[in-house]
Amino acid sequence: MVGEKNEALLKVENISLAFGGVRALEEVSFDVMRGEVRAIIGPNGAGKSSMLNVINGFYHPQKGSITYKNRRRAQMKPHAAAAAGIARTFQNIALFRGMSALDNIMTGRVHKMKRGFLWQALHIGPARREEMENRAFVEGIIDFLEIQAIRRVPVGRLPYGLQKRVELGRALAAEPDLLLLDEPMAGMNLEEKEDMCRFILDVNEQFGTTIALIEHDMGVVMDISDRVVVLDHGKKLADGTPAEVRGDQAVVDAYLGVARG
Amino acid sequence: MFYREAGDFKSTYAEDQALFPIALDRWFVLAAAVMACGVPLVASEYWLSTIFLPVLILSIAAIGLNLLTGYAGQLSLGAGGFMACGAYMAYKFTTAFPELNMVVVFALSGLSAAAVGIVFGIPSLRIKGFYLAVTTLAAQFFLLWLFTKVPWFVNYSISGVPTAPPREMFGVPVTGASASVEARYYLVLALTAILALLAKNLVRGRIGREWMAIRDMDIAAEIIGIRPLKTKLTAFAISSFYCGVAGALWSFCYINIVEPTAFDINRSFAILFMIIIGGLGSILGSFLGAAFITLLPVFLNNAPALFNLQISSTLVSHIEFMVFGALIIFFLIVEPHGLARLWQIAKEKLRLWPFPH
Repeated sequence: MVGEKNEALLKVENISLAFGGVRALEEVSFDVMRGEVRAIIGPNGAGKSSMLNVINGFYHPQKGSITYKNRRRAQMKPHAAAAAGIARTFQNIALFRGMSALDNIMTGRVHKMKRGFLWQALHIGPARREEMENRAFVEGIIDFLEIQAIRRVPVGRLPYGLQKRVELGRALAAEPDLLLLDEPMAGMNLEEKEDMCRFILDVNEQFGTTIALIEHDMGVVMDISDRVVVLDHGKKLADGTPAEVRGDQAVVDAYLGVARG
Repeated sequence: MFYREAGDFKSTYAEDQALFPIALDRWFVLAAAVMACGVPLVASEYWLSTIFLPVLILSIAAIGLNLLTGYAGQLSLGAGGFMACGAYMAYKFTTAFPELNMVVVFALSGLSAAAVGIVFGIPSLRIKGFYLAVTTLAAQFFLLWLFTKVPWFVNYSISGVPTAPPREMFGVPVTGASASVEARYYLVLALTAILALLAKNLVRGRIGREWMAIRDMDIAAEIIGIRPLKTKLTAFAISSFYCGVAGALWSFCYINIVEPTAFDINRSFAILFMIIIGGLGSILGSFLGAAFITLLPVFLNNAPALFNLQISSTLVSHIEFMVFGALIIFFLIVEPHGLARLWQIAKEKLRLWPFPH
């Protein structure tokens, strides 16, 4: 899908982020094309999650710029990023544990629901219609992710793999243009990983969503991503197609290692 | 067997998201409504004025605090202060505009309390948990101090504790000592029902989900695009509105006097206990908790007489404190989700009982 529209949806340029003396990111630049699956890989502590946090406005970089949908900013704000169509999942599941799977996914649609609290308190007319329309949309996502049976279950009671799926559902509910996935397959068994890969590719194909994902499973990364960027110690090490990255000596030394024997 | 969910098929999302999607629940609510309306026909004046009125009014306050603490996760010890705010502002409004309908007066006093609640809710953006509780404690003490020290709030009355002025609705006196207890009961019942319904609608819609999202995981909520400050302040405003209306009703329909001691720190704690025992994050739990906390002392006071025990009244009041404390600890350990959860468990058991196989 590389260059299908040949237009960068997101471009980060010379991003530097430091926490006190710790430099999490140094002069990192890369872009994400519309419609592609872009992987960010690297060893632990390389700054991958920090990069996602910069993109959706949770961290504010000291230097550099973020160009999203042709608008250049020094930093994003979380609600502005969400309103502009950036959604994400978290490395450690960040679901609302006291709420049901359905309510969690409905919460992903806060941006699409505009009625004020007076309408909502009365729960008539427009507010009611809005609730039903969004419920119908969310049911579409529930069907897509095949979690119909658990919609009323509080997410705290669900097994890990399903929680990851509900979290993906919550991100999809926002109808994002750019979906950031932070280790969507961490801690999963082979079958769950295969399911998740299928969902990610389906999202990319059916909804045309651009995806940027962090993942440690190299098999998965090489299979599903169009292009890969490699970070190490906060710096960009390599950038290119999976085949190019795999052959890069610096990447092999820093991260991939060499198969021996 | 006795509680059936099966066979209740939904064909639209509206039916599925209805207030009471299960037919049996609807019948139950209808029966409760009929009983509530029929209470004055059977209950004595004593029961109406010392049991039903305070339980209903405190239920409103408990719903208010539950919206803030149970749903939005912001611990507050200021409920009494916001109730006082409602009571004093209702007094100011109704003495300034005697012709104003009492429901409008109560709404205005609730709005005043909401405005004050927003101001005291601002620290919640930076402060969480117990520390936030301490800042709301400041609201409690500051507001009571204000109403005691500034005579403008009581229209410079010499005693400092004015009686609630008598007001009529549809030609029937509804406030003050001269109003019949039945009229006051129906007014309070109607307002309680309406406010409970509105609260239920709020918590099952977008705003309720935003509150719960902030409560469960504020960072994720922010990244989804929920604005923490706006959401928390909405919770403070609506919660204070409910507490304000409850305070106004307490002064105007129950104790018939506008005094600060009715809204002291003990009141705040009592309302917090109500939602803890009743169930955090449950509208039904607010009612159960209010009833439990109000009825328990009455029961404990009368229990020795019921069993023909000769116990001195001081001992009874000491026992009351001990039993009360023990019950709160018991609930926190055994059922942290409160009476509302017990009710839910009972319903689940009744699905099969008495034929569990």
